[in-house]
Amino acid sequence: MNAPVAELTIKDFASDQEVRWCPGCGDYAILKTVQKTLPELGVARENQVFVSGIGCSSRFPYYMDTYGFHTIHGRAPSFATGIKLANPDLDVWVITGDGDGLSIGGNHMVHLLRRNVNLQLLLFNNEIYGLTKGQYSPTSKVGTSSPSTPHGSIDMPLKPCSFALGCGAKFVARSIDTEAKHLGPMLKRAHSHKGASFVEIYQNCPVYNDGIFDDIKEKKTAAETRLVLEHGEPLIFGAEKNKGLILNPKTLALEIVVLGEGGASIEDIVVHDETNKVLAQLLANLKLPDFPEPIGVIYCDPSAPDFTGEVYDQRVLVREGKEKPDLNALLRTGHTWTVD
Amino acid sequence: MSAVEEINNQSNIAEASGVVVRFAGDSGDGMQLTGSNFTEATALYGNDLATFPDFPAEIRAPAGATFGVSAFQIYFGSQDVTTAGDDVDVLVAMNPAALITNLKDLIPGGLVIVDADSFTDKNLTRAGYSENPLEDDSLDGYRVITVEISKQVLEAVKPFGLSHKFAVRCKNMWTLGLVMWLFDRDRSVTIENLKKKFAAKPEIAEANIAAINAGHAYGETAELPTGIDVYKVPKADVAPGLYRNTTGSDALAFGLLAGGQLANLPITFASYPITPASSLLHALSQQKHFNVVTFQAEDEIAAVCAAVGASFAGSLGVTSSSGPGITLKGEAISLASSTELPLVIINTQRGGPSTGLPTKTEQSDFNQALYGRHADTMLPVISASSSVDCFDVAIEACRLAVQFMTPVILLSDGYMANASEPWLVPDIKSYKSFPVSFETESENFTPAKRDPETLARVWAKPGTPGLEHRIGGIEKDIDTGNISYDSENHQAMTDLRERKIENISQYIPEQTISSGPEKGKLAVVGWGSTYGAIHQAVKRCLQEKLDVAHIHVRYLNPLPDNLEVLLGQYENILVPEMNTGQFVNLLRSKFLFDAKAFNKVSGQPFKIREIETEIKTILGVS
Repeated sequence: MNAPVAELTIKDFASDQEVRWCPGCGDYAILKTVQKTLPELGVARENQVFVSGIGCSSRFPYYMDTYGFHTIHGRAPSFATGIKLANPDLDVWVITGDGDGLSIGGNHMVHLLRRNVNLQLLLFNNEIYGLTKGQYSPTSKVGTSSPSTPHGSIDMPLKPCSFALGCGAKFVARSIDTEAKHLGPMLKRAHSHKGASFVEIYQNCPVYNDGIFDDIKEKKTAAETRLVLEHGEPLIFGAEKNKGLILNPKTLALEIVVLGEGGASIEDIVVHDETNKVLAQLLANLKLPDFPEPIGVIYCDPSAPDFTGEVYDQRVLVREGKEKPDLNALLRTGHTWTVD
Repeated sequence: MSAVEEINNQSNIAEASGVVVRFAGDSGDGMQLTGSNFTEATALYGNDLATFPDFPAEIRAPAGATFGVSAFQIYFGSQDVTTAGDDVDVLVAMNPAALITNLKDLIPGGLVIVDADSFTDKNLTRAGYSENPLEDDSLDGYRVITVEISKQVLEAVKPFGLSHKFAVRCKNMWTLGLVMWLFDRDRSVTIENLKKKFAAKPEIAEANIAAINAGHAYGETAELPTGIDVYKVPKADVAPGLYRNTTGSDALAFGLLAGGQLANLPITFASYPITPASSLLHALSQQKHFNVVTFQAEDEIAAVCAAVGASFAGSLGVTSSSGPGITLKGEAISLASSTELPLVIINTQRGGPSTGLPTKTEQSDFNQALYGRHADTMLPVISASSSVDCFDVAIEACRLAVQFMTPVILLSDGYMANASEPWLVPDIKSYKSFPVSFETESENFTPAKRDPETLARVWAKPGTPGLEHRIGGIEKDIDTGNISYDSENHQAMTDLRERKIENISQYIPEQTISSGPEKGKLAVVGWGSTYGAIHQAVKRCLQEKLDVAHIHVRYLNPLPDNLEVLLGQYENILVPEMNTGQFVNLLRSKFLFDAKAFNKVSGQPFKIREIETEIKTILGVS
């Protein structure tokens, strides 16, 4: 039997299957953090469902001792929508990657977010195709050399969080694979949000794209390369915590200022408001080397209704004032006639 | 003797055993609405009937264009009617384009009703007439009622103050009124329908009602050509009970509701709009007070994936499309096969390949249904033979899906989906239920556990404590269900999946003979909506004492166990199909029979005569 919800531990969420990612893969760290966080969510193990598509990250459900469905390439959002339609009480996590979720499955991602299906979607972004041996992905930087782009990739990468906001996502956050102390709380925030919660996780692929996030992850550079978002706090970064972002009212763009230089004071710095969509869009667009990259909850609008909840409310409404459904009666409604 | 010949032979009230009427007009003329109202009145009158709505892919083609002609054909009579009829006795042509494209199907001496007001120079030119056929001798072989319908309508609806545009739109109802007079139909149901349809615009309802009454009054009072008067088609001699009309799409919707009820499961129906399958999505969306959730997905792939996800979660997932959409669903269907989850896939076939003829019928997805997926993905395929049969076949698809934990393909087609026929309404209580029992036992549970008899995998739904497990598209260990790349295991799993599907033949009825002897010179073997035409053709031949039988196969995979022996009793096998010969190839390759193909892919169903002629050719009689 399953342990009571209050007594669940990290061990309860590890399946008996051998984990088969490459040594040093960022997925290991994410898996540990997820397994560690789930007992803290107060949800019974049998009500948790992990759904994935195809790719390295999509092996994730096999290692979770919950219900799991490893489906087909790019379509996990659609399976997850079906699961929620059939049973809205299940707690669903979609695990996907940059190729699975944004290339072959881009269309389903659009509609999952637009509909605001109440689930958590974790997008492991390593800017490369791992399982198919290293081809460039829709998030690879221009110039990425890969087996299919030996002379460097040409097409513009997309920014997952900007994409999600564009689709109408109501919860958009970013975190980092190996930083359990940040990722754990982000998972909890995503879980507590009612609707589709989109979490981009910077994830290192040590085999095909090693070190692409090092600037953001390494201690000695992190203070300058990441912008840690806290709701209600000014957008400050830098080793000296003396840099900040201001909004240029003429260009409607964020700009970096150094406090105390050119008359810039803390009052000028934009205060993070995670309910402000315009600000969220500005933040989601920030990329190195011009700007530090935001980490944390970029956007959260808890007021939007969730799709499956609405589907069920509508059914209740349709049933109101009606007799208990009777198929024999239905077949006999409309124009009928009797032959003696 | 045709109906009109019968009319000619009698004065005043004539009697005919069966009549074929075709309403034809612009795609915006409301011919389908006219036809369906006439059908309803005819059913209430007590005739047996079959209909054939035949419309273009264009929603509103340019007025007067031949490619924009929309037609609705109905065959009604006092005897066993199973097709919409080979030839037309009465043609209603609302404009020159409708006349020029449909006249070839009218019998010699047939009756044609035309709206003279629409025979303008512009419309005549657009239809390709150099002379007005109402003024030269081109209609001499027919009897013609020429009425200035538009003028009559404008007069009739004058009191309601409609604009010219809305007023002229009532001309289909005026025409319907005239045809109802001709066949002694009751207008009250149509009047009721109009009131309901235009409840928010009572003046439009009233105008339409005035138009139908005016058309009827015209028949009663006008000086019509000699020999044209009300004629009676006696009521059909059919089994007693309560009847209604149904299209195939509606019957499928009812059948899915019934299947869910008999399985004691909620239905999750996920679909994407495509002609001619969308009407099923529409029909089920109306029934949300039943245990059904409908979902219009973002594409065909999302639809099937949502359905499979719903099945994983303990609902019966159903998806529906037409050929091209089914192609897109292939990968997910194979996942459902690999993970052994129930899934019902309904294919309302249309003319192909590619976009092909979206509004026309065909049976050319047989091969796709049986073989159209990657790898060895075997699954049951069943087919409906008529609009009414769709109900039972939908229930059967649900049964096979849940009893064997497998995707099931149900083949319908554009003809039966849209065509309506009278239905002796069944009692749902008379159907055997097949309630699903989900796994609850956590001791020694594995997702690979299966029923030793049916080989169906266990169904353990999320939310059940102690049964947490993972499934997916990677090959699974035969004992534990964990992922396995072991070569012997893959052989064993492939064999098991194949055996499971083949084994279904133990759980389906034996093949029966629809009509004719148990052995003899010729068996006409059909599947799907060719039933009606084959039935009538064989019936005619049997009346002429020819040695021929009709066998209609519902279960296309696996085939009924006795089919080979049964077909072996006939010297010849003829397989009429609306494709280039797909089922016939299966019979040839599986049983090594020298079965003869008889094929038609014109977008139109077989005529009875075509099959009759083929039978006689094989039997060497003519």
